[in-house]
Amino acid sequence: MFVTSAVVTAAGDTVSRIGTMFLGLAVFGAVFIGILLLASLFKGRVGEKVQAAAFVGPTIFFIAIALIYPAILTIRRAFYSGKFFDLNFGTPRTRGKFVGFDNFQALWTTPGLPEVFRNTAFWVVLVPFFATGLGLLYAILIDRARGEAAAKALIFLPMAISMVGATLIWKFVYFYNGSPDATQVGLLNAIITKLGMQPIDFIGNPPGNTFALIAIMVWIQAGFAMTVLSAAIKAIPDEIIEAAKLDGVKGLQMFRYVTLPSIRSSVIVVLTTIAIATLKAFDIVQASSGGKFGDSILANEFYNRSFVTQQPGLGAAIAIVIFLLVSPIIVFNVIQLRKDA
Amino acid sequence: MALITTRKVLAVAGVAALSLTTAACGSSSDGGGGSESTGPDTTDYSDWCGMKSELQGKSVSIYTSIVTPEDASHKASYKEFEDCTGVKINYEGDKDFEKNLPQRAQSGNLPDIAFIPQPGLLQTMVDTGLAIPASETVGKEVDEYFGEDWRKYGSVDDELYAAPLGANVKSYVWYSPKMFKDKGYEVPTTWDDLMSLTEKIAADDPGAKPWCAGFGSGTATGWPGTDWLEDVLLRTAGPDVYDQWVDHSIPFNDPKVSEALGKVAAILKDPKYTNGGFGDPSTIATTQFQDGGQPILKNKCYMHRQASFYASNWPEGTKVAEDGDVWAFYLPSVDESSKPVLGGGEFVATFRDAPEVKAFAAFLASPDWANAKAKATKGGGWVSANKGLEVKNLVSPIDQQSAEILQDPKAVFRFDGSDMMPSAVGAGTFWTQMTNWVKGQDDKTTLDNIEQSWPQN
Repeated sequence: MFVTSAVVTAAGDTVSRIGTMFLGLAVFGAVFIGILLLASLFKGRVGEKVQAAAFVGPTIFFIAIALIYPAILTIRRAFYSGKFFDLNFGTPRTRGKFVGFDNFQALWTTPGLPEVFRNTAFWVVLVPFFATGLGLLYAILIDRARGEAAAKALIFLPMAISMVGATLIWKFVYFYNGSPDATQVGLLNAIITKLGMQPIDFIGNPPGNTFALIAIMVWIQAGFAMTVLSAAIKAIPDEIIEAAKLDGVKGLQMFRYVTLPSIRSSVIVVLTTIAIATLKAFDIVQASSGGKFGDSILANEFYNRSFVTQQPGLGAAIAIVIFLLVSPIIVFNVIQLRKDA
Repeated sequence: MALITTRKVLAVAGVAALSLTTAACGSSSDGGGGSESTGPDTTDYSDWCGMKSELQGKSVSIYTSIVTPEDASHKASYKEFEDCTGVKINYEGDKDFEKNLPQRAQSGNLPDIAFIPQPGLLQTMVDTGLAIPASETVGKEVDEYFGEDWRKYGSVDDELYAAPLGANVKSYVWYSPKMFKDKGYEVPTTWDDLMSLTEKIAADDPGAKPWCAGFGSGTATGWPGTDWLEDVLLRTAGPDVYDQWVDHSIPFNDPKVSEALGKVAAILKDPKYTNGGFGDPSTIATTQFQDGGQPILKNKCYMHRQASFYASNWPEGTKVAEDGDVWAFYLPSVDESSKPVLGGGEFVATFRDAPEVKAFAAFLASPDWANAKAKATKGGGWVSANKGLEVKNLVSPIDQQSAEILQDPKAVFRFDGSDMMPSAVGAGTFWTQMTNWVKGQDDKTTLDNIEQSWPQN
């Protein structure tokens, strides 16, 4: 009660702002219902088309203003200099000028950025491969085993943690104290020193730190791969398995010639989904060190250039590169899905 | 009283939460030329206390990078103004202030006043066309109480936009007076003395090292390294070359800068001299700056170059005084004839043309506020370059020493260079390359890489 009274007295105009927001939402809803009602008045062939347009139209409209229009702005922005994203913003002195492909050239000439491409390549190749591989292996191993549900939950749990949370957990695992006589409190280094070896600075030195961070992403994504693939394995009809068994197929052969072809489409979906998630993953690098130790990746660098170093043109160029890298994966995914359909 | 403060906090939180939603749908400002230069506002705001009839019931929003717990003394220091004028000050602190302020400008959601800790960011904000030049009253206060150097840092194209607020002194070396006394070491007063002391300590004490340092600072990792280079360059090349280097009229990798970096390397990259309590020199990169000087308390390290604000990082119960557990001496110059001081501070930029905003800005630039803030900062850790600040009002000895250095007419003050360079360098490659440098990258590559990243336009 105290809280509400405090907020109410806090700002009279906030109340009116909330009111405006709800009013806006109400008007929005009313307009939609109105359009759908109007569309339902049409009958027959024409009616169907009008109704389809009434349902699809708003989606297309919002995709256009919220996705396509910003995308066009970003592409345009990549060809301009200047400090601010909005080209018409600011004083004439600092307004962006057309610079052609300079921002794209800067991708290769700016110190530190070539390593970003190298690191991103490691991420995109290793994360989907290991996450899917480990997920698949685990799914097969625990399939129809005792305590399957509990075993699955264990691997799936990391999915429930935010990437930032996962990174913080792993930072403790990787923690390194450089002092020669210090006790290593990081889990891994504690184990290493107990075995009589020198402690390792896991997240401080490139290029090794990139792999340490990739391990975090694999840890998170393996659970997703395992869940989807396990469901796919369970969906394989028993008749096929029995028929294969009658034909004398065993062990690895069963996996190679029966299981894998049956779940092929699921494997591809998992691989591509994780690859796209990896290209967009920014949280892990940002939360570990912000990519300051030669371990930055494209998504992190996009944020860094756009907001920290005030180079929105370069940031836009990086965004376009990410988009270009993601596109073939999506196209491939769509083609595969069509094939299966 | 406690109830009222809680209410205030809740109110601020509520407003902050709402401003998040409005930021998302805030209308983009037309971004036209903004303020036409019509000269400074000549209204006299120095008698802000007599403006109650005009200002009563108005409010001023301020947006800063100063968050809990340091914000409490700030809010307390406005009381005099609030009581006198009836203006309500709405305080909003944000750890991501530097990143968010330009975004807020672009989404049309600027505060009335922002405390900007970097002249480079002030320049960016003036470039938005939305900053309002300081009133004549503020200009007079700055001339009278801060002096030419500080006026320059608050100006863009010779027009004063923002008066200085707080300040800090970076040219400090932290040490343990007791350890120095036990070993019979004297506080060095020239660079050569400093180096021979370094050598002597390394030879005397095999269980410790003369220096310790930490460059780690989350996404700002590397900034303590930039301070090292700036501090030494200011000494070896002098303030004029330093200014040219900062505004890029000489290249970043000028031979004079190489020479300075070489002098820094002679300390930081020598395994005999660093990194006391942490290991070899490369550990400097990953040691958090807050931890950097702590080995002094464990007799593992003798000296730690870090700003005055490092005082708040000593564990509770550590006596920070000339006869205490830790104390700081002025980082010596090449010889005793010059006394360059590297430092930083915040500036009060205004974005709304209203008498209550200008009156508050005038109050913040006055010695009245500086002294009120000194008294409100009960735990110490705050100082201003305002010459009207009475040193005895400051609580802690280190703050008093900093104020004396800042007010010393012989001292040549220079602002932290990385805060004035374009952010692609000052908040980008300068940080990352210094981090790479301390991990083993050579001097030339480091300076060449930073020079190469300097924005062309």
